[in-house]
Amino acid sequence: MVGITSIGAYIPRYRLSLEEIGKMWQTRGGPGEKAVAGYDEDAITMAVAASLDCMKRAGNQADVLYLASTTAPYKEKQCAALVASAIDLSKTTHTADFTNTLRAGTAAMKAAIDAVKGGSAENALVVASDCRMGAPKGRFEQLLGDGAAAVMIGEKEPVAIIEGAHSIFSDFTDLWRTEKDKFIQSGEGRFIEEAGYMPTMTEAVTELMAKYSFTPKDFAKAVFYAADNRNHSGLVKALGFDKNQVQDSLFWKIGNTGTAAAMIMLVAALEEASPGDRILFAGYGDGVDVFIFRVTENISRIKGTPLMKDRLAGTVSIDYGKYLLWRDLIPVEASSLPERAEPSLATRWRERKTVRALYGAKCRKCGTPQIHPIGQRARVCVVCQAKDDFDDYKFSDKTGKLFTYAIDQLQPTKNPPGLNGVIDFDGGGRLICELTDYDLASVATGMAVEMTFRKLSQGKGIVNYFWKAKPI
Amino acid sequence: MESIKDKVAIVGMGCTRFGERWDMGVEDLLVEAAYEAFQDAGIEPKDIQAAWLGTVFSGISAMTLAPLGLQYIPITRVENMCATGSEALRGAAYAVAAGVCDIALAIGVEKLKDSGQTGVKGPAIVGDNPDGSSAIGSGYSAPASFAYLGTRYFSHYNIDRDEGKRMLAEIAVKNHHNGSLNPKAHFHNTLTVEQVVKAPIVAWPLGLFDCCGVSDGAAAAIVVRADMAKNFRSDPIYIKGMAISAGARQGSMRQDYDYVHIDENVRASQQVYAQAGVKNPRKEISCAEVHDCFTAHELIVYEDLGFSRRGGAREDIFGGTFTLKGELPINTDGGLKCFGHPLGASGLRMMYEMYLQLQGKAGPRQVKNPRLAMTHNLGGNAGAGIGCCVIVGNEK
Repeated sequence: MVGITSIGAYIPRYRLSLEEIGKMWQTRGGPGEKAVAGYDEDAITMAVAASLDCMKRAGNQADVLYLASTTAPYKEKQCAALVASAIDLSKTTHTADFTNTLRAGTAAMKAAIDAVKGGSAENALVVASDCRMGAPKGRFEQLLGDGAAAVMIGEKEPVAIIEGAHSIFSDFTDLWRTEKDKFIQSGEGRFIEEAGYMPTMTEAVTELMAKYSFTPKDFAKAVFYAADNRNHSGLVKALGFDKNQVQDSLFWKIGNTGTAAAMIMLVAALEEASPGDRILFAGYGDGVDVFIFRVTENISRIKGTPLMKDRLAGTVSIDYGKYLLWRDLIPVEASSLPERAEPSLATRWRERKTVRALYGAKCRKCGTPQIHPIGQRARVCVVCQAKDDFDDYKFSDKTGKLFTYAIDQLQPTKNPPGLNGVIDFDGGGRLICELTDYDLASVATGMAVEMTFRKLSQGKGIVNYFWKAKPI
Repeated sequence: MESIKDKVAIVGMGCTRFGERWDMGVEDLLVEAAYEAFQDAGIEPKDIQAAWLGTVFSGISAMTLAPLGLQYIPITRVENMCATGSEALRGAAYAVAAGVCDIALAIGVEKLKDSGQTGVKGPAIVGDNPDGSSAIGSGYSAPASFAYLGTRYFSHYNIDRDEGKRMLAEIAVKNHHNGSLNPKAHFHNTLTVEQVVKAPIVAWPLGLFDCCGVSDGAAAAIVVRADMAKNFRSDPIYIKGMAISAGARQGSMRQDYDYVHIDENVRASQQVYAQAGVKNPRKEISCAEVHDCFTAHELIVYEDLGFSRRGGAREDIFGGTFTLKGELPINTDGGLKCFGHPLGASGLRMMYEMYLQLQGKAGPRQVKNPRLAMTHNLGGNAGAGIGCCVIVGNEK
């Protein structure tokens, strides 16, 4: 039976409170906060983190990767391929970007389900990730948060099987961005709700239930996308669901995460689900994709792994100034420090295994894992001088310890001071690299770290991704 | 394999005032240093038979030395990061020792302050490829790469942060005291431990006063065959040993490297001691100029060069061992820290001070009856370095 075989999510640790936004603009901020991607994160890096979370639980590789996002950094150049190389999928993996609509996440899920059903894929990984921005001082600035979620679609021991699906499209102009828009444009609030969201969602969900002869009572959980909490509770009421049946939108905690929003809710719902539970799941945007999932005994596999509440723990509040800086919303004085070298496309291509999935080499003669600090490939072993006698060795999935470090005021970071360190990997190998998502007060030699795929502080024209260490 | 000991002598040296020399270009610095050396040796530019020019960023090829107007002699530009000045001296000395020329010029220059930037660019050591491109674009500042030593030293020897900071501060205080006695130094201010400890952090645990100056400057030496030396002056300085040890980034890639010593320093010093016949450097070396680009490096250099026992630098620092009046005065001219660090010139600047000391011409900085003096550079950093040591003496 085709279904969801694994789930994963990533929510950045940083929070901007609506109160802080309100303070900036002398308006009522209200309760709640939004998740804000770190200065070195974007839709790609969050997609990598969510995908790795999902694959770790799946215990197998994907042969399809669909990336859903409206905020992928490239207009031209496939971002799914970038994510696939960072998470080290094999080159025969079919990759595709789903974009331009908030329904991209569920559209990708539909395509993944069809691919598995049709037999062209065994394990289709769908990852949705977004970092949408509302203009400063506007309603969307308060509403939108950053995050990512991933689901693996397959037939082997699914945690939830798919019982039904239904889609409608609707050429309705509620939210848009053209080539020139950095920020979300929107139609008038009540218009897009009353003429768009409410009737379209109601229609699709009602049709689905009719198609499969279900009523709201048949569902343990309903997982709906909505623009905000008002829409969310309005829809629940209109469809006749009980409040207790409805999955928390998490909007107060992380904001509306765009294409990822419904999938993050689905991940949270599945993590709390019991075998036999039926879940209604609907994504919205230029139409609706709605699915029925039935939870299986395999859901026990998910228990004991980090849950949504764990991912939402350990948050760090930032102030509005930092938000402006991190999102490039304010010009700042240029550094007087010498510029870092421009990334070379040719060098990056040659060393792509290192740059993308953090591959080094393991000497076949002396067994030493090694990775070069500037990404050069291993030709002669740094320990025994054996020449060209190596196996590839992946470091991105290894944990390590911080051997020594420098708290570096000169690091070109938007979250100063920078932290650089010498990482000794468990199992061997050493890398000098940047750290991220650290609490300076608890940085110490011997601190345990893992690797995380991030944007580096520099890079002209291209977005320059590499791995950093982060405290576990 | 023969040692270079006593084959080559230095008979003239020159060194510009170091600092932010807005008034001088590379050409001015070169001419000033070279002509001081010519005059000191009592020779004319036409007497120079070959020249080695060291610069890291301030030139390319032999053409950089064109301002001296030397007439069609062989000129070689060398570069070995912060060991560049010493590398120029090594080239000139080896050529003289080989007998392919009798009088050679070694000159190093760096003009860092025309860039309009603060700090020094560091290709090939901090994330860039040698050609200036980058696969990763990752990187860290030069202070950070030496801060690793401080952080690890504190952790390795269980030194608490405050004591560790004070220990490093003593080094800066010492070098500034020495530099304040030197009209050619970049800085002339003295410092207190309190000032150093409280200075803004650049790369923890290094604060502003733990970091050397970014300077413009040039220094030059005239080297000749040792048996000719007395024809030029009565007090030539003889080269007793020269060694370079280049790492292959072992420390950056191998977990067995401890970041409380630098193999490249240790190996270069062992080689140079063997050449010079030095058995107990703490007793036999009269004074030394070591690579104090950052105080945390001078700290471990004491141990790497065998001046302090392993883990014993702390007691020697607090005991005043390396002050002008101490048992083994180090960085008597102020060091990189206070004299300044124009990369390509620094090795020769160190030699300039050792030359003056061995001739008894170091004025208020003069150490008592020096016999053997030593210079030490580290190109690169901990984990990826080029250690360089030279020993000179005033007796053959």
